[in-house]
Amino acid sequence: MSRFGTLPRRLVHVVIVLFGITLVTFFLLRLIPGDPALAILGSSYTHTRAVAIDNFLGLNKPIWTQYGQYMDRLFHGNLGFSFFYDQSATAVIRQHVAPTVFLVIYSAVLAAFISLPIGFISGIRRGGVVDQAGRVFFTLSFAMPAFWLGIIMILIFSVRLHIFPISGFGRGFGGHIYYLFLPALTIALGFSTVLVRSLRAATIATLQAEFVDTARMKGIRWSRVLWKHVFRNSVLAVVAVYGVNLAYLIGGTVLVENVFSLPGLGSLLVSSVTDRDYPVVQGVTLLFAVLIVLINLSTDIVQAALDPRVGQEIGT
Amino acid sequence: MSAMWAASPSELLMQVATKAAGRQRSVARRRLPLIIGLAMLVIAILAAVFAPLLVSQSPTAIDVLHPLSPPFTAGHWLGTDQYGRDLLARILYAGRIDLAIAFGATTVTLVGGTMIGLVAGYLGGRVDSFLMRLVDLFFAFPFLVLIIAIIAMLGPSTFNLFIAIWITSWVSYARIMRAQTVVAKKQQYVLAARALGYSPVRVMFRHILPNTASPVIIFSMVDAVGNIILAASLGFLGLGVQPPTPEWGSMISDGQNYILTSWWLAAFPGLAVVFVGVAFSLIGDGLADLLRAGDR
Amino acid sequence: MTVTEAPLLTVRDLHSYLATGQGVVRAVDGVSFTVHAAEVLGIVGESGCGKTVTCRTIMGLMPARSVHTSGEVIYHPHGEQSLLGATEHEMRSVRGSQLAMIFQDPMTALNPVLTIGDQLVEAVRAHDRCPNREALARAVGLLDRVGIPAASRRMRDYPFQFSGGMLQRALIAIALASSPRLLLADEPTTSLDVIIQDQILSLLLELQQDTGMSMILVSHDLAVISEMCDRIIVMYAGQVVEEGAAADVITTPRHPYTHALLDALPHAGQRGELRSISGSPPSLIDVPAGCRFAPRCRYATEECRTWETALVAAGERDHAARCRRLDEIEEGRDTWQPSDSASA
Repeated sequence: MSRFGTLPRRLVHVVIVLFGITLVTFFLLRLIPGDPALAILGSSYTHTRAVAIDNFLGLNKPIWTQYGQYMDRLFHGNLGFSFFYDQSATAVIRQHVAPTVFLVIYSAVLAAFISLPIGFISGIRRGGVVDQAGRVFFTLSFAMPAFWLGIIMILIFSVRLHIFPISGFGRGFGGHIYYLFLPALTIALGFSTVLVRSLRAATIATLQAEFVDTARMKGIRWSRVLWKHVFRNSVLAVVAVYGVNLAYLIGGTVLVENVFSLPGLGSLLVSSVTDRDYPVVQGVTLLFAVLIVLINLSTDIVQAALDPRVGQEIGT
Repeated sequence: MSAMWAASPSELLMQVATKAAGRQRSVARRRLPLIIGLAMLVIAILAAVFAPLLVSQSPTAIDVLHPLSPPFTAGHWLGTDQYGRDLLARILYAGRIDLAIAFGATTVTLVGGTMIGLVAGYLGGRVDSFLMRLVDLFFAFPFLVLIIAIIAMLGPSTFNLFIAIWITSWVSYARIMRAQTVVAKKQQYVLAARALGYSPVRVMFRHILPNTASPVIIFSMVDAVGNIILAASLGFLGLGVQPPTPEWGSMISDGQNYILTSWWLAAFPGLAVVFVGVAFSLIGDGLADLLRAGDR
Repeated sequence: MTVTEAPLLTVRDLHSYLATGQGVVRAVDGVSFTVHAAEVLGIVGESGCGKTVTCRTIMGLMPARSVHTSGEVIYHPHGEQSLLGATEHEMRSVRGSQLAMIFQDPMTALNPVLTIGDQLVEAVRAHDRCPNREALARAVGLLDRVGIPAASRRMRDYPFQFSGGMLQRALIAIALASSPRLLLADEPTTSLDVIIQDQILSLLLELQQDTGMSMILVSHDLAVISEMCDRIIVMYAGQVVEEGAAADVITTPRHPYTHALLDALPHAGQRGELRSISGSPPSLIDVPAGCRFAPRCRYATEECRTWETALVAAGERDHAARCRRLDEIEEGRDTWQPSDSASA
């Protein structure tokens, strides 16, 4: 029996969602009140350019043709033209991808490093030092806006203590790790609140399960019971939460990149909004959504790998 | 890990009775976070509403003679910003906007999303399928990114901020409520109501809703925190509430430029956000505890 | 089956109390019994009478934060080792190798994310650090012994792929992995179909006879107990109310509660309503003064309700019952008269 039995069905679902995403981003541009060409071109408005845009967007044609044109261009990797940067939107976007992807992965890993031990220990020693301190700490950090937390981090660690640099991406892998530590930590802390809470609750519930008694009954070491039986089961709950909260993680990168002046997709998104560079806004939004779909898919795969029951689920 | 062992039954009884008494005390203590949270929220609301009574300065009064004064200067408890405007006054007045967003945005999405979820779950079939596919679609987008994109198209303003939140936030409530409704539909009390011939509207609103409302209420507290942070974040990015209206997020953004010399400009507005955020969190947690204990 | 004299496990005046937010729960309140080598002891009683807590206390599997105990639990073969109040380390050396336990619901008694084989090998290697290959072979042998077909293939399966009856067999295999001298079986068949129940019980009996191990069988079903056990103790509200050889307790019950339990069993040729015992067991927090069964007992007198009663000799072979009116109550199942209030 394959453990990944429903994966093909999931993939179909994913494709449908991707199509839906393109629909939404397509309609985004149609939200602009007034004349889109005027809005897009702004000060570089000339009649020729306006006509070019009208043709590009197919504004005079029925909506389905417009969508068709949009999809056609997408399949050829054409995300539009950035009048602000005077290059193809794809080129502009591609230059900003690396820092964001690095940051996302870095934060995800840091969040796991922080929350898994704390969440688990809080669960097995309920009411203990780690549990109480953790709860206070994370209630506070949950209410802190990511960007404010980032600023405070900069204040303490960069300005006053001079341990970490204030901004920038750094060079080389080691440089990235160093420069991105504070931003990644900022995002990870906000993310960790939910993870710690989930793991703690799952651990407490698992400790009361009968199979833990069966394991103890065998006469094996308690540490082994904790690891092979309790942890391996309670962590399953966290994987699901991890995936669901990824949207928060991505949102966090937008703000954090801004605070720490990182040249990533988040900064690009914000600057292109103020610059009225609509095609880029559209393209970045699309990219973020695709990123999330990929992350969710990976979460599903990880879940199926860890929990043999998931692979057998008869479609949701 | 071994259990406590006593030498005789009477000694045993004494040991256990003491511990049981301790357990009874801690049950009462668990209400505390809820009370603290409510108190904090009330303080925040009162401070914002009665701001003119608490500070004599206007939040927009420029004082070129005293720019960037540190906290505890005469007449300016929290200092002033680069234009000499009193920081405390600005924080309190900004509270009006941010709290308005927290309540205004959350209430509409709570009501709207809950209704949609309720209807979808109750009716089932194609309506349910369609609405839930729509919900799934929204969930595919990173929340903040979608909001930024919508504001980008509509133009940054306080009203458009509300619209952007209304368009995107209802989905969480819809999903929770739909799941609850689907389960509730099969319960005895619903089957009984339907057997009695009650109209669907009546079954939904007078029977299902009161019994399933708790998760969405609890979530709305979390959502309120999120909305405040959202408003502040957008203000920070310059995409939310526009100047000269004071708003915590834009104040933090302005303050970031002076981080090296006048740290209070960014720190205090942030503390205000944290204060209100913690208040909602505690209320949410307290409610969750309260409702869970009531199930026993 | 013959009972050898050598005592294996002695429980003396065991009290097991739980500290809760509602007060002190006196789950086990002065229970004593002895299990001998190769003996099957049955513990029977309603839910909440303390039979499960007794077993878990013996194994040291009660939640440590809320349970307090007093009394003695002595395991004789290990040089009179006292199990109550032992350290976790000491308990660990005893669990699995000397004492083992199987629980009521097989569906939740196994780790869902590990294979059956994994969990069985873990049990085999718990007290014997043999090489993996040997452990695997022994595990397959155990699965085979408990009647699971295609054992070596089934080792790679997960619990959700097994039926309830097969899971319980696997749990028995796990319990026997280190050849314990005493098996505690807590309602092993309660969540299974009647046909499977029979199979499991036969399996247990067979294994018990083959290995010569002792067994404590807990159940609320007197029919099951009467088939399997050498001796029986009847528990009510945390106390032992009757004990004796199985044949004696079943054919000549002395305590009114035991009478009522036997009476409640439907038997062939019975017409009319089933007889039940009216009322419900007392709260274990606010324990009534006097005899705990008095509120439901048709023979109860003022004396019964006021004073606590000790176990009194009631017949041959250490037959005893906790009743002060033993001699006045008529003996025998056939003379039990249903009272007017009995079938409520």
